[in-house]
Amino acid sequence: MTQELHGVIVAHAGLAEALVHAVEEISGVRGALTAVTNTGCDRTRLEERVLEAIDDRPGVVFVDLRSGSCFVAAMRLRAGVPDVRVVSGVNLAMLLDFVFHRDETPAEAATRAGEVGVQAIAGG
Amino acid sequence: MAIALCRVDDRLIHGQVVIGWGGPLRAKLIVLVDDAVSGNDWERDIYSLAVPKGIDVEIVSEAEAEQRCPEWSRDARPVIILTADLETMTRLVRGTGGLITRVNLGGIHHAPGRTERLRYVYLTQDDVDRLRALEAAGVAVTAQDLPTSTPVPVSELLG
Repeated sequence: MTQELHGVIVAHAGLAEALVHAVEEISGVRGALTAVTNTGCDRTRLEERVLEAIDDRPGVVFVDLRSGSCFVAAMRLRAGVPDVRVVSGVNLAMLLDFVFHRDETPAEAATRAGEVGVQAIAGG
Repeated sequence: MAIALCRVDDRLIHGQVVIGWGGPLRAKLIVLVDDAVSGNDWERDIYSLAVPKGIDVEIVSEAEAEQRCPEWSRDARPVIILTADLETMTRLVRGTGGLITRVNLGGIHHAPGRTERLRYVYLTQDDVDRLRALEAAGVAVTAQDLPTSTPVPVSELLG
């Protein structure tokens, strides 16, 4: 059996931690996601935090804003960690789906997360 | 239109710049002045991806920035100019003959040899000397991470 994917959420202020907490509360799945905040970080420090969270595991890095330091840090690291993909615009729906589908490849999981995340957006 | 914002921020293009300042200033052009990023196609692509639709981005070397600053100062679009550090911004101020009269310190984070002046401003002694020189040259330098924060004059940072 291949190694299950790990998710790393990189976001502003306390958002990543709150998302991990919410996913665990709803799904009961613990340990599948790691939170990283960009608070107080320059580029180097943020990349160190993200790399530490990835910890050489295959997975998906979820970031909040495409227009942000979290996205840039994740994309810069991606070249050095081939088993990791990056998805921006993280939302709760895509994370809840991700934790139950961690037997896919990183590329498949990233594509799936993007689709699920978009499908979760609706209005009236 | 005068340049809307000249900012020193070691995170370069990121949320506070694009959204926090870009929104209220209605910025339509972000100029990133950075020799390392401008000289690397892959890095340029990543930083360009971080800029939303509706805002143009130019990633240029210091030399190109010195040449093109007059053009940006006449641009009809509100322009934000970014550098990663004070050293680059100081050279740009000096090299552009008075076109840059205000400098915003938005993010100079902790690193060895830097002392905390504000939560988001840590300075080396060389940085302090650069700020004193800018002040002496009549450049208005303030620290302000976001438009909604209170600007802190450089004199308060230097004590």
